[in-house]
Amino acid sequence: MARLLMSMVLPASLTEPTSRDPPKMLTIDCPWCGSRDQSEFSCGGEAHIVRPAEPETLSDAEWSDYLFNRKNIKGPHAEQWCHSGGCRRWFNVIRDTVSYRVISVYRVGERPPEGGP
Amino acid sequence: MKKSRYSIFSLAANAVSAHRHWDVAWRSPPPAPEYDVVVVGGGGHGLATAYYLAREHDVGRIAVLEKGWIGGGNTGRNTTIVRSNYLWDEAAHLYEKSLQLWEGLSQELNYNVMFSQRGVLNLGHTLQDMRDIVRRSSANRLNGIDSEVLSPADIKALVPAINISAEARYRVLGASFQPRGGVARHDAVAWGFARAADRHGVDIIENCEVTGIRREGDRVTGADTSRGFIRTAKVAVVAAGHSSVIADMAGLRMPLESHPLQALVSEPLKPVLDTVVMSNAVHGYVSQSDKGELVIGAGIDAYNGYGQRGSFSIIEGNVAAIVELFPVFSRVRMLRQWGGIVDVCPDACPIISKTPVKGLYFNCGWGTGGFKATPGSGWVFAHTVANDAPHPLNAPFALERFTSGALIDEHGAAGVAH
Repeated sequence: MARLLMSMVLPASLTEPTSRDPPKMLTIDCPWCGSRDQSEFSCGGEAHIVRPAEPETLSDAEWSDYLFNRKNIKGPHAEQWCHSGGCRRWFNVIRDTVSYRVISVYRVGERPPEGGP
Repeated sequence: MKKSRYSIFSLAANAVSAHRHWDVAWRSPPPAPEYDVVVVGGGGHGLATAYYLAREHDVGRIAVLEKGWIGGGNTGRNTTIVRSNYLWDEAAHLYEKSLQLWEGLSQELNYNVMFSQRGVLNLGHTLQDMRDIVRRSSANRLNGIDSEVLSPADIKALVPAINISAEARYRVLGASFQPRGGVARHDAVAWGFARAADRHGVDIIENCEVTGIRREGDRVTGADTSRGFIRTAKVAVVAAGHSSVIADMAGLRMPLESHPLQALVSEPLKPVLDTVVMSNAVHGYVSQSDKGELVIGAGIDAYNGYGQRGSFSIIEGNVAAIVELFPVFSRVRMLRQWGGIVDVCPDACPIISKTPVKGLYFNCGWGTGGFKATPGSGWVFAHTVANDAPHPLNAPFALERFTSGALIDEHGAAGVAH
């Protein structure tokens, strides 16, 4: 009723969602459980960082690069998420770090889908 | 351009002419084709860097390039808390230098930054919290930094609205208190530094986004911007959340991740809180602005974000913590809520450093706690850029510490709350 009254009084631009509304990362599609609230998940940071096979052969600078340096991409970013409040399994997500929109979800061990970073 | 000093006399004189004839606070010059130093980022730290470069070092022509407007980034988005009670010597000395600069800043800049030393409380809720507080407080005093350990009764006397009852979910067991800490008006800090830098001849160029860093071999030769190429031999990057983006332009990798950090303010209230209350354990910090609004800081989201907004669940947990500490605030309505992008370092300490590229300097990684360091950060970074060598105060904060392993682990003392 209130919405009906508002839509009669206010122009549509104030009551209808518009394409200018920022897309929100409110849900994430867990590959096993489906779409769930973002608050059920925890973010594990950049994906596809491979631990060096023979750390003892690395220089300090190479080891430091593995340990600390991150891509910190502005835009589509491949990252690890865990459904910590659900099935507790890890998976990968490509997410835009500006709009926070989830672009795609894929399992651990899989390659990023086409169009990923 | 001749600029008048702000004083009671200039205020009275301008009142007579209905305030129509005030000078602009800073010029808006077009970018020159060449500068001796280009500072990337017109936030508080960048402007302070330019100001101290111009005032204390003979480096020639200086420009500050700001992609938006002055003070529109994290400088205008923080919760304005100033303190220096850090655990480790390196951090304590750096933040204490900054606090000492704060104490004379309004006079120095001829601009009222409304620095109010109303004291900062860091609450302890567990036995381990209290052990850490006693340790940090002792370390602070050894470094000449004022710090006291307060009992719950002391806290109640200082902050009558707080809940110290034994029934509280996270009972307040005590606190550290730094009386010289406090708050400052964050916009005024940006405007004051901008005006003072401008008076020393610095060109402040707004709406000028850096799109590329040009190199010749291992040396910087200039910056491409949305307003054309600017030739320079020294680029000083103070770009906060976008530091990794600028580093990428120069082919560098950084130990940084950018996260959203949120804050909110309430409707204005009568005076109820005349100090700053912070709690790492329940994760909230609150002070009351001169307008009467409660200024509340939350934590970062765990995911990377450049969107200047965070998840609602963070605000939810944050407000729950504040209401837990101050049940009297439970019916206060919030007016505004926003986010900034903070560049977080693995050891919760900044990088104020030369880089492998000659003439390229970075001042970044301040994470969630950069505002308090604004004048000190600019002061040491100006020294670093002018002399091509760090000041002893910021030498421990070099990029090399991630290779040498000499990290300055301030996660415990800086904690999550700033």
